[in-house]
Amino acid sequence: MIRVQQEDFNIGQEIDALTSGNTAIGGICTFTGTVRDMGSDRQVTAMTLEHYPGMTEKALAEIEAEAAARWPLSASLIVHRYGRLQPGDRIVLVITASAHRQAAFDACQFLMDWLKTKAPFWKKEEAEDGIQWVEARDSDDDAAARWKTDK
Amino acid sequence: MKLLYFAWLREKTGVANEDASPPEHVITVADLIQWLVQRGGGYKTAFSDLSVVRVAVNQEYVALDHALAAGDEVAFFPPVTGG
Repeated sequence: MIRVQQEDFNIGQEIDALTSGNTAIGGICTFTGTVRDMGSDRQVTAMTLEHYPGMTEKALAEIEAEAAARWPLSASLIVHRYGRLQPGDRIVLVITASAHRQAAFDACQFLMDWLKTKAPFWKKEEAEDGIQWVEARDSDDDAAARWKTDK
Repeated sequence: MKLLYFAWLREKTGVANEDASPPEHVITVADLIQWLVQRGGGYKTAFSDLSVVRVAVNQEYVALDHALAAGDEVAFFPPVTGG
């Protein structure tokens, strides 16, 4: 399942909603991304996330389907927020559940790595010295690329 | 054809979305960009470095040599920075 929303999410409630009653699950892995107060060497006071409604949902659904094709997942969830956020706020949640932990761990990392390079979101940082768009990092491309040869 | 601009491409062009009817010689995404650049001003600035411009047609990533069709939704945006 995927969700794109302005509102915050509750990790415990999301895990329960996704997995309760599914007793084939033996391991659940979650990743939560939050707003850092340090951007590229400057103090960030707020961040605004813009996205491409329609394509965002499509891209996230494709990424999730790819994970489900690669690993034996019992359930998965991606929640991504947009709008103006403060340091410490949650941005993104990925939950993966499987019979065994390795698939859950790997799929969770894969989903984050692919999401960061494929899902159409853009971050704009506000700092004391002005507002600027966050630039994409090569390290994110490298992280995503390692899944291309794997499996 | 519907054109969409996101993040700093929206800011530089000054346009979030617009309807466009490019001339017949505009076949590919690269042709479309060249046609838009000829408008000058913000368009010229926005497309000055294509290494930092990504393109999606009908919400799928495409390369610059992708051939366009009449009713396409074409989106221009910088490399993504979500997550």
